[in-house]
Amino acid sequence: MFSNRLVNILIPIVSVFLGLLVGAFIMLGFGYNPLLGYLSLWNGAFGDSYFFGETLRQVTPYILSGLAVAFAFRTGLFNIGVEGQVIVGWLASVWVGLAIDAPMIIHLPLAVLAAALAGAAWGFLPGLLKAKLGVHEVIVTIMMNYIALYTSNALVRNVISDGKDRTERVPETASLTSEWLASLTQYSRLHFGLLIALFAAAVMWFLLNKTARGYELRAVGFNQDASRYAGMNVGRNIILSMVISGAFAGLAGAMEGIGTFGYQSVKGGFTNIGFDGIAVALLGGNAAIGVVLAAFLFGTLKIGALNMPTGAGVPTELVDIVIAMIIFFVASSYMIRWFLLKIKKEGK
Amino acid sequence: MGFLDILQSIIGPAIFFSAPLILTAIGGVFSERSGVVNIGLEGLMVMGAFVGIVFNLTFIGTFGSWTPWISIFVAMIISAIFAIIHAIASVTFRADQVVSGVAINFLALGLGLFLTKQWYGKGQTDMVDRPFYTTDVPFLSDIPVIGELFFSGMYLTSYLAIAVAILGWYVLYKTPFGLRLRSVGEHPMAADTNGINVTKMRYIAVMISGAMAGLGGSVFALTIALNFSHSTIVGQGFMSLAAVIFGKWHPLGAMGAALFFGFAQSLSIISSGVPLLQDVPQVFLLIAPYVLTILALAGVIGRAEAPKAIGTPYIKGSR
Repeated sequence: MFSNRLVNILIPIVSVFLGLLVGAFIMLGFGYNPLLGYLSLWNGAFGDSYFFGETLRQVTPYILSGLAVAFAFRTGLFNIGVEGQVIVGWLASVWVGLAIDAPMIIHLPLAVLAAALAGAAWGFLPGLLKAKLGVHEVIVTIMMNYIALYTSNALVRNVISDGKDRTERVPETASLTSEWLASLTQYSRLHFGLLIALFAAAVMWFLLNKTARGYELRAVGFNQDASRYAGMNVGRNIILSMVISGAFAGLAGAMEGIGTFGYQSVKGGFTNIGFDGIAVALLGGNAAIGVVLAAFLFGTLKIGALNMPTGAGVPTELVDIVIAMIIFFVASSYMIRWFLLKIKKEGK
Repeated sequence: MGFLDILQSIIGPAIFFSAPLILTAIGGVFSERSGVVNIGLEGLMVMGAFVGIVFNLTFIGTFGSWTPWISIFVAMIISAIFAIIHAIASVTFRADQVVSGVAINFLALGLGLFLTKQWYGKGQTDMVDRPFYTTDVPFLSDIPVIGELFFSGMYLTSYLAIAVAILGWYVLYKTPFGLRLRSVGEHPMAADTNGINVTKMRYIAVMISGAMAGLGGSVFALTIALNFSHSTIVGQGFMSLAAVIFGKWHPLGAMGAALFFGFAQSLSIISSGVPLLQDVPQVFLLIAPYVLTILALAGVIGRAEAPKAIGTPYIKGSR
């Protein structure tokens, strides 16, 4: 009744359903109408073209940060440092946008490339430490997050601006904003970055599934010892995986830097794009198409949630609880798998 | 500014900033020593801070001047219960422990802010009226030099943290319970063969980490933040996790690391008054704890050896 493949597809769907169910019970428990709550969430995400534009805008960095986490996962690495790589990518794109004067055809790709390179550099160090010294990448990347945050803040305040809390806005030549997309969606902040994100997803799929290098990366993720025995250079693949993962994360930063906002500001805390990327990757089963779908779901939840206080009186944070529960259920897939198998046995 | 004045202006804040980190890190040591990674320390601290503040605000009329102490106790209990979620996911359901910890972080913050909006109608709670205050320890503060440095104008919670660290070391290294807990983290199958209930030990360890992180979070909230919002706990949990590793999974080592981080943090705050540090850009002092942790991990400051079975769920009967 349930093949392995089907179970793998069912787990995220069941998890999302259970997560929303928990959210509904919480709303019920606090005297809200869950149907009205989710209806206002739906309207907040898809109600008119402006909201839809904003939803797609939110989906854009989520796709890239999700790809970043997923790519490292496929090589058996947990890149919790996507957050920091997003911040350095954001900073780099804005910096190049402000520092260079060039026509758009050179300037814009340069700014995007700078973001990818900055993110890649931020991923390189944890990869190197893991490959050469066996240092666990989780702790190093957590530390790198803070270093990115404080360094970016100091650079924005002291180097890029004169003691201000944010940089100037990047010029048109380095901006992803699009008059056309904006006017289509009643002037939402939707920008061309969505195309970059979708293209990146295609690149990841191609790289992992259609190239020899991708085969090696996945092999290292499955079994390091076997890969080493087969003559693969495990260390090099680990570093490469972190670098590519970091590049995706850096691009996610560029989406915010030269897409949504157009500037970098001094941040009091993390952007959460990277941390949400963990949820996106997990739900998406670490596959490119899955990540795109999961990013769409989480973007919808996040933007839709903004309408919940006005629509149903429900605090927006409800959605954070729902997302946390979805991660729990996906992580505890052993439980769902066990349950599905039980149904299967009883069905016989 | 004399040398003693400088020392006094550094030691006070260093211990003050360290206390929540020490408490949380001790919890982390217990959890990780039993073989369960706890990235959720951050979320458990959030829970502790939230409960501590809300309890303090609600029951100030009932308990009077004892309110802060009872608040941190209640925060400890609730966070221990909250940590069971992490135990269920990572021990019983064999979830990836790091992922489950990440979920704890999301959940605690979401829940805390949701309830704050629900109960206070805004993004942050009111300020508490009765936080912890500094005191001079009777008699000890009269000792020349030492009394001035270590026993006057201090928070009693700082001593609590140091006492907990020493207690943690005693429990982990000098009691049968501690030996069992460590054995479960090193070689669960051997422990199981010797009749130790691996699942139970890991549940207890994770609950202890919840209790300690709850204590740490509430102490932070009632000495430093004084209210609860999205920005009350930002990274202290991760910093405590770093202290666990920097301290080589040893309670006293973790305490030392936490004291060092607290020292680094206080440097970035009081640096303007200290001659040598005045000219160092603040950003270097801010990132120092993190850079040093990476260096420590890379083996520059001695190799850190993790518990053997860390991060792997124990499945009975598998080899």
